[in-house]
Amino acid sequence: MGSASLVSSSQGQTEKTARRRSFGPFLTVVASVVVLAIVWHLSATLWPSRAFPPPLDVLRAMARETARGEIPYHLAITLGRVAVSFLLAMVIGSAIGIFLGSHPRADRFLDPWVILSLNIPALVIIVLAYIWFGLNEVAAIGAVAFNKIPNVIVTMREGARALDLNYTDMAKVYKFGPLARLRHVLLPQLQPYLAAASRSGISLIWKIVLVVELLGRSNGVGFQINLYFQLFDVASILAYTLAFVCVMLVIEFLLVQPLEHASTRWRRRAA
Amino acid sequence: MNTLQPVGADAQLEIEVRHKSFEASRGGSIEVLRDLNFAVERNEFVCLVGPSGCGKTTTLRLLLGLDHSFEGRIKLPGEREPRIGMVFQEPILLPWRTVEENVRLGLPRSLSGKNLDHLFDALGLSGMRAFYPGELSLGLARRAALARALAIEPDLLVLDEPFVSLDEATAQQLRCLLLEIWSERPTTVLMVTHNLLEAIMLADRIIVLSPRPSHVVGSFLVRIPRQSRNAQVCSDILRSFHEKFPARAAI
Repeated sequence: MGSASLVSSSQGQTEKTARRRSFGPFLTVVASVVVLAIVWHLSATLWPSRAFPPPLDVLRAMARETARGEIPYHLAITLGRVAVSFLLAMVIGSAIGIFLGSHPRADRFLDPWVILSLNIPALVIIVLAYIWFGLNEVAAIGAVAFNKIPNVIVTMREGARALDLNYTDMAKVYKFGPLARLRHVLLPQLQPYLAAASRSGISLIWKIVLVVELLGRSNGVGFQINLYFQLFDVASILAYTLAFVCVMLVIEFLLVQPLEHASTRWRRRAA
Repeated sequence: MNTLQPVGADAQLEIEVRHKSFEASRGGSIEVLRDLNFAVERNEFVCLVGPSGCGKTTTLRLLLGLDHSFEGRIKLPGEREPRIGMVFQEPILLPWRTVEENVRLGLPRSLSGKNLDHLFDALGLSGMRAFYPGELSLGLARRAALARALAIEPDLLVLDEPFVSLDEATAQQLRCLLLEIWSERPTTVLMVTHNLLEAIMLADRIIVLSPRPSHVVGSFLVRIPRQSRNAQVCSDILRSFHEKFPARAAI
């Protein structure tokens, strides 16, 4: 009896430690966010100013704008722009990057172009796009995609250079079709590079989208932030920012990380 | 030098390479093959031996169509597109696909729904079908590579030192497995090896290549049936091989 209860209690102990271990990182994140909010609140109370509202004011502004349907509307518009320009940049950038990575002569010729476009400031591209193509959606999305494409090219070019030719030979001998080659040979090898490019891509693109909206669109989070800048309403500016960051975090945790986990599961269980 | 070249009337595989060289990226070139001619009959098991760096793997790459920059002619078995099962020096399994997926990916469309139970059973891989290559030992990975090559029911099986860097017991076990499966469904085999005893155990004929630039020095028929090739017989055959090719004693 004594030994049986001892066993069950030790099992309970292990379960508890396991649970603690899996909740540990989550609790740390929550604690960190709470501490940040407290510090923010304390400093806003100690140095009260219209330009630095306490977190509760920001939350109130967020609730008000959400109830009016403003935040969801502008968020949806901005997210749509982020998604389209992200897809465009990834597809075009990957295609060019893989081509350059596997054709050294073309790469040597086009490398200066890539370096040049890497170093053109985002603002210049946006302004020129609006001047050349007018204040429209195509110019806006094109400008954002163009800003990101050189980064994708450089990353994917590295990926293509690192391709293992043994797999290419194997696929050739066993007569893999073009789709099978892409799906089973090429993409899995490029996966880490694709992940890196999309990671940095999402965070860069949503920042540029806001600038594009601020300069030449009449909706979207960037437009709203410009509006509240003119009204000097810092609480609303922060409300939009927070809402947007929250959405991006949700995308990160519900979309990006599970996808990454699924595509690298063969790595985890190496012998 | 082509006096010993046995070109049969219904040769399945004919290789005539007049010249093959590699260009170094910093200039200069190195001639690997010169007037390399040989043929392999239908369902014949041929081993290719020769000194290290003499262009054995290069020859295989030419006949697999992985390298087109050579002067000469290669005739492959089959009418249109021959099915070639290849086992490379390394297993070259896709690490992100399971053993079964790796084998199935090699299958031509006409065999795509094929039942592989028997093959996996014969190779002792039944329990490993859902494993990723990274979870296998080298011996098991080589079996999986062999399974992929055999699953396509090849017109020609090409093996590039398939049992190298395995311990002798495992290598011997795999050789027996290969023979067992091959005698169930014989096919034309061209195998590169450094191991003369392995060649003697497996082959109908051993083709000996010269050092670079490589050509055929001669070939050695192993007439004794495979089931009678025990250790004693093999070492006797090895002795007569060395008598015929004294310069090859080092191989």
